Amino acid sequence: MLELKNISKKVGNTMHISDVSMSLEKGSVNVLLGPTLSGKTSLMRLMAGLDRPTSGSILMNGSNVVGMPVQKRNVAMVYQQFINYPAMTVYENIASPMRVAGVDQATIDRRVHEAAGLMKLTPYLDRTPANLSGGQQQRTALARALVKNAELVLLDEPLANLDYKLREELRVELPKIFAETGAVFVYATTEPQEALLLGGKTATLCEGRVTQFDRTIDVYNRPSNLLTAQTFSDPPMNVLPVTKVGSEFVFETSRVDVPTNVLGLADGNYKIGVRPHHMLLAEPQGHSMKLDCVVSTTEITGSESFIHLHSRGAHMVALMHGVHRVEIGDAIPAYLEQKSFFIFDHHENLVSAPTFDSQN
Amino acid sequence: MDKPYNNKAWFLVVPVFALVALSAIIPIMTVVNYSFQDTFGNNQFFWAGTEWFQDVLSSDRFWDALGRNFMFSVIILAIEIPLGIGIALTMPKKGIWVPVCLVTMALPLLIPWNVVGTIWQIFGRADIGLLGYSLDQLGVNYNYASNIFDAWATIILMDVWHWTSLVVLLCYAGLVSIPEAYYQAAKIDGASKWSVFRYIQLPKIRGVLIIAFLLRFMDSFMIYTEPFVLTGGGPGNSTTFMSIDLVKQAIGQFDLGPAAAMSLVYQLIVLSVCYVFFTVMSNVGVDKPDARVED
Repeated sequence: MLELKNISKKVGNTMHISDVSMSLEKGSVNVLLGPTLSGKTSLMRLMAGLDRPTSGSILMNGSNVVGMPVQKRNVAMVYQQFINYPAMTVYENIASPMRVAGVDQATIDRRVHEAAGLMKLTPYLDRTPANLSGGQQQRTALARALVKNAELVLLDEPLANLDYKLREELRVELPKIFAETGAVFVYATTEPQEALLLGGKTATLCEGRVTQFDRTIDVYNRPSNLLTAQTFSDPPMNVLPVTKVGSEFVFETSRVDVPTNVLGLADGNYKIGVRPHHMLLAEPQGHSMKLDCVVSTTEITGSESFIHLHSRGAHMVALMHGVHRVEIGDAIPAYLEQKSFFIFDHHENLVSAPTFDSQN
Repeated sequence: MDKPYNNKAWFLVVPVFALVALSAIIPIMTVVNYSFQDTFGNNQFFWAGTEWFQDVLSSDRFWDALGRNFMFSVIILAIEIPLGIGIALTMPKKGIWVPVCLVTMALPLLIPWNVVGTIWQIFGRADIGLLGYSLDQLGVNYNYASNIFDAWATIILMDVWHWTSLVVLLCYAGLVSIPEAYYQAAKIDGASKWSVFRYIQLPKIRGVLIIAFLLRFMDSFMIYTEPFVLTGGGPGNSTTFMSIDLVKQAIGQFDLGPAAAMSLVYQLIVLSVCYVFFTVMSNVGVDKPDARVED
């Protein structure tokens, strides 16, 4: 079990990590989710022991490991780039951590073949990394991390440079393979989709802070604040500043009934968050807020279209299935359904989440 | 089947052809021309067949010079390659000292050959040169004009001083292009400094190292200016390398035929040695399925 207690990392005058506390269980899958430069790699380097925190303590199975050099910590790490020893064969690459540890040849042989089997590398054991595809190179690096039987396995965006199909495959297999070793498994990613697929627990990071750390599904369904909600949504969640006046939320000239469960809230300023795939261009049944919008851009990606909309200072993105024929500059109405509202107070903390997501 | 015929294509080919002809083919053919003929001036030529080649290849003078060339190149490579790698490894990778180091390293490369020769010729003189005078005062009997060992040592020192920087800069470029993650991964594995060098840095700079090796071989094999300025090929014939011998024959004695034959042989040697080096070095460690590197 790995515990981080109020750790901070300051480099020069910039805080790379501020006051992070979390505890990671053995055999658990933990996802660090955040955009580039949010501190995922910095946090992993601290966990690994490659860097020393400016303040705070790191406990491994109850004992403080701050200051213990990385090679004594039994850590394995895999990077976004494919890192292998260039002049060694796949076999020797996988064997390398055991060679340093002085494991006997018979054990090395057995474990290399085991790991190679799991990572589907058996036919390539005699090749050097330069003669492998990107996916095979990364699987070699993963196999090397696997044979180490490390207590802490850190994967820093390991699938980001792989093609789509391989990514899908490994995403499913990796947590299973590593969970069986009983290691604390930490996986950093920029993609909310990936976090949802991996399951386990997710910590959302933003500017060096952990904004929430909980079961992945709970973080997705009930983000405790606006920052978390925006991080855990791709494209980011749409936010509309509204004023609660009696039983209505008002934005400019648009209005909608306040959901019954939050009728008791004091009047004042709130923010409504709606995920892009819950934005509607046709009027739904039930309560909704109608916004008169102008189309500013459309992006068509495969069978989905992102339609960027402007409405009196608010910028929103609607994700629509299918290819839609809308022209830039078109004036179209958009509907925000009451039942898909995330409602945040003026401190941007969550007051109400839709019950909607758990149903689909 | 009728091929489409378009004479405009000549416009694309002719300039390249003309350039290559002027820069390479015509000069080389002139030399080839001389190497198979004899002339007594007045633009009168007589066919000489392979006589000049036989002359050159059977003369001790040629083989002695060739031996000196190989010895010189081997010494130069044995010193400059490891030294260059060593210096590149100790150079900082970031910070304000990087430009300082790079400029310092690049300085010797900017100095023309004969200036380097002159600098060291004066530097090494026992009467007015700082190095020569100091050594003399220390009781070392150093004299490049009369002692063969001193002459060689001085020329090697000149070349090392002048050209190690090239190896350093090439290796440094190779080293800084290695992603930081490699070092982290090695650190996590607990790899020693030597292992990091042997299994990460050396394989990663292999490409630039081959280039450094070839450039330094070709250049040192064509050594001319330094011994020419320093001793003019002496003492005796001890620093008469092939290029110096060639110039003596072609310009000193005006033996155009033997000189032409010799320059062709010289060129062939450089080309074939480089070809062998390149082939061997490009294949070393690339894919040896059976060879397993032990830690």
